[in-house]
Amino acid sequence: MTSEYILRVENLHKRFGNREILRGISFKVKKGETVVFIGPSGTGKSTLLRCINQLTEPDAGHVYLDDEKITGCGHLISKYRQRIGMVFQSFNLFDHLTAVQNVEIALLKVKKMKPAEARKKAADELGRVGMLDFSDHYPSELSGGQAQRVSIARSLAMDPEVMLFDEPTSALDPELTREVLEVMKDLARSGMTMLVVSHELGFAQSAATEVVFMEGGKIIEQGPPARIMKDPQHPRTGEFIGKIADQ
Amino acid sequence: MEAVAILIEWGRYLLSGISITMGLVISALAIGFLLGLAISLAQVYGIRPLRAAADVYVWFFRGLPVLVLLFMFYYGVFPALGLDLSAFVIGAVVLGMRGAAYQSQIFRGSIQSISEGQMTAALSLGMTKRAAIKAIILPQALRISLPSLSNEYPEILTDSAVCYAIGVMELLTRTSVIVSQTYVTLPIYAACAGIFILLNYAGMQAISKVEKKFAIPGFGIAAG
Repeated sequence: MTSEYILRVENLHKRFGNREILRGISFKVKKGETVVFIGPSGTGKSTLLRCINQLTEPDAGHVYLDDEKITGCGHLISKYRQRIGMVFQSFNLFDHLTAVQNVEIALLKVKKMKPAEARKKAADELGRVGMLDFSDHYPSELSGGQAQRVSIARSLAMDPEVMLFDEPTSALDPELTREVLEVMKDLARSGMTMLVVSHELGFAQSAATEVVFMEGGKIIEQGPPARIMKDPQHPRTGEFIGKIADQ
Repeated sequence: MEAVAILIEWGRYLLSGISITMGLVISALAIGFLLGLAISLAQVYGIRPLRAAADVYVWFFRGLPVLVLLFMFYYGVFPALGLDLSAFVIGAVVLGMRGAAYQSQIFRGSIQSISEGQMTAALSLGMTKRAAIKAIILPQALRISLPSLSNEYPEILTDSAVCYAIGVMELLTRTSVIVSQTYVTLPIYAACAGIFILLNYAGMQAISKVEKKFAIPGFGIAAG
């Protein structure tokens, strides 16, 4: 029996040295939801995402994927990570591989697919993000927006149940930001469960089912985007939204 | 001319030293590569005792003159271990172990120069650390290492002449034999030097071919 929540985070704590980055974060995400995390920098949003797939080990608290506890699961974590895609601010494409090789490498090495099968799947995923024509380009031959679309395809190829986006457009200029956000909106519409750290209020408004405002390692306020943006309950939320809307 | 006649007479004898010298160099490079790679991985990813052992190894083999190492292993270590190895094998192994100490530091530097994000991305896709090292980190690190590794070839080629001291029949040993038999010096040493220079040149050409073959646009020093 499974609950209706694909992802549950319970009371996560993380400190680096004497800096407390996460101070008891809890939330739940239903299948198909898109949750956008906003808040001042240094408030632990990225650390939170990294704690979900255990790239950073939380000091306390638990993460459940489809009711399976993935915190403290030891070497099993690589199994769970296959089910949680992640997209990074700096793309992190594998520099020695072409676009299509970037997408297929985990299919070959992790899913042990046959080369022909992996190549077909990789081509399909590149097509989905509009990058099929760039299959044989190396990362250094792609613009930032193109590189980020390839990195999204790379994650999608694993058929993840949840996708984490860690400031996916903050290294891009507005033009390139738009092409990446379009891909993400399509993905949200297709029913993918997404957790997105981003300050793109336009994206939050049109694609998010929930917006979470974080500050000082805590969730200050959360709710549907329209309410958070137009009628924030907490003064800090309104202040912050006002500030980034001005930019 | 006397020298020409001597070179013609002893030419085949001298030239057959090439295969011995190149045998030493290629074995030493191969041992140095494999052992050096293992040491660098121990230094970067190993648990503390493994790291410490690797550090001691590098410190030891870089800290001693190559001739001291050669005598130590030829007269001391291998006999003490009850191993009856030929001078050629001991020469190749000692040059290789010393080369490993140097090569390991090239690999270590290359591995550490790869951005953290490469490993992070590999792990996020569900690769184990071991798989990520194999599929992502090493292919990049080895490419970055290639230009520095090309220095290893002339190093080991020139160092290989110390194997004269334990009687390996390589180029210098054969040169000395000819000199002691004929009492002709400069033309014979010049011929020996000429062969070393040619071997050096040919080797560097081969290495630059390898560099070009593995070059990736916008990646590493061999870009383009």
